[in-house]
Amino acid sequence: MEDKLAVLKSKCIHIRRQIIKMVYNARSGHIGGSLGSTELLVALYYHIMKHNPDDPEWPLRDRFILSKGHCTPVLYAVLADLGYFPEKDLLTFRRPGSHLQGHPYQPKTPGVEATTGSLGIGFSTGLGMALVAKMNGEDQRYFIICGDGELQEGQIWEAAMFANKYKLNNVIAFVDRNYLQTDGNSEDIMPLDPLAEKWNSFGWATYEIDGHNLEEIINTVNDADKSDRPVMIIANTIKGKGVSFMENAVGWHGGVPSEEEAAKSLKELENGI
Amino acid sequence: MEFKQTRQGYVDALIELGAELPELVVLDADVGKATLTLQFQEKYPDRFFNCGVQEQNMLAVAAGMSLAGKIPFASTFGVFATCRAGDQLRNAIAYPKANVKLGITHCGLSVGGDGASHQSNEDIAITRSFPNLTILVPGDYQEAKLATKAAARHIGPVYLRLGRDKYPVVPEIHDSFEIGKAKLLKNGNDITIISTGIMISEALKASGLLSQRGISVRLIHMHTIKPLDREIIISAAKETGGIVTVEEHSIIGGLGEAVAGVVAETYPCPVQRVGMMDVFGESGPAQELFDKFGLRASNIVEKAEMINSVKNTIP
Repeated sequence: MEDKLAVLKSKCIHIRRQIIKMVYNARSGHIGGSLGSTELLVALYYHIMKHNPDDPEWPLRDRFILSKGHCTPVLYAVLADLGYFPEKDLLTFRRPGSHLQGHPYQPKTPGVEATTGSLGIGFSTGLGMALVAKMNGEDQRYFIICGDGELQEGQIWEAAMFANKYKLNNVIAFVDRNYLQTDGNSEDIMPLDPLAEKWNSFGWATYEIDGHNLEEIINTVNDADKSDRPVMIIANTIKGKGVSFMENAVGWHGGVPSEEEAAKSLKELENGI
Repeated sequence: MEFKQTRQGYVDALIELGAELPELVVLDADVGKATLTLQFQEKYPDRFFNCGVQEQNMLAVAAGMSLAGKIPFASTFGVFATCRAGDQLRNAIAYPKANVKLGITHCGLSVGGDGASHQSNEDIAITRSFPNLTILVPGDYQEAKLATKAAARHIGPVYLRLGRDKYPVVPEIHDSFEIGKAKLLKNGNDITIISTGIMISEALKASGLLSQRGISVRLIHMHTIKPLDREIIISAAKETGGIVTVEEHSIIGGLGEAVAGVVAETYPCPVQRVGMMDVFGESGPAQELFDKFGLRASNIVEKAEMINSVKNTIP
């Protein structure tokens, strides 16, 4: 496990560097939330999920849905690294003709399971897929990441009731809890706490973890697998994690780094802050 | 004359399709008594999902089910499907071409007593502007059945526009149903009436009245709003020189504007629209509302004669 964790940690560094490069190159994109959810995606794609980049349509694969669809940089960096599509495609991110749209578009991008971007939609779409797996008696799992700001959408709470009704314990969702949304701190904009109590009362098994601790993510999912209820893991994270001037800074939700900032970010990620 | 509900045609077709297509599932948002999908539930309880009063979640869940190989039919009222859940219809269904069918009832003024909050007179305008979406507006019970079956076998998202009331059965439109191919019911030369949905019975009446006055009417039933049958419209413009459109929908963004757009870009000729003016409806029996808001054969005749007089002044 120690060796494995070391591999995953270095993978996180690589993915974070790719995020900076993609957004710098595209001159647009969402860095902060991508850096903040890197450990979640790395733990899922490189250790937890059953999937096969050589056969993206394998019916019994576990599914991942990025409901906070604006964080495509982290998703695309992971998918490219795993070989779902060529790494050079990342340089076409947000460019005309690219299959790498600003927000995930399922028909075009290998490995992308659902079209998301309008907040709330990915969550419900994932539940719809999970419901069919239940109907078919299949045992693949459905991993969904929501942003914390996204939970302000009414649709999320519609979906929360729905998953409880249909006992979708094949759903393991995360909320990327960084307390920051576009216009400021979530508790100022539209308070969400006490968040775990909300999910519990909606019938979900709820965990609260350090969303940057790979071991904790893996152990929690192992435990969540035994749940007879849908699972919500509140992953406490730092938006902009890994780059000193981006950490916990509101401006890096959708900010684009200058040449100097990009260089500094890449250096910090290589050497540590 | 026999009167039947288009929504009953929809659900009768679903029940028949249930036996042929094991992937077909039905979702509703707590209006299954009104959309009549509870009749499907009775027959196929394991393939029916009542989402409660949550149209937004329902449409995105349906998108997810389609990605997992099902053919979901999601039902609710027109106002909720296109306004409340318009975002999910656009982003979860139309944009990624999800194979979801929307069986949408209570469209148009004929909702009646529930009033303007429930009378969807703008759903064609909204859905018509979404790329990838096929829009079907059947004219009576039997055609609603045919349209539902065509939708089930079509690959891609379909919006099926249905009503609440009982509408006249129109045998002239029962022969067949091909998505995107309008039905030519009368082949006249003086003027064309293009009607969609349940307005076909008023359009038929109007064409009868006009021929009594010596005007030869071409009558087209446009059951598919998208993809629009452009060829039949262009021929009508060329060969009759004037068109009256008829719809139980706002004149803004509906059939009328679609037809006018084709005509203006290809073979300009006078076009007059019969439909809801730019106003909300109100509560009342459907038949009285049709009188009050001008959705009658007499309104069609008036517009047709207006065009005819203009045409005769053009040298």
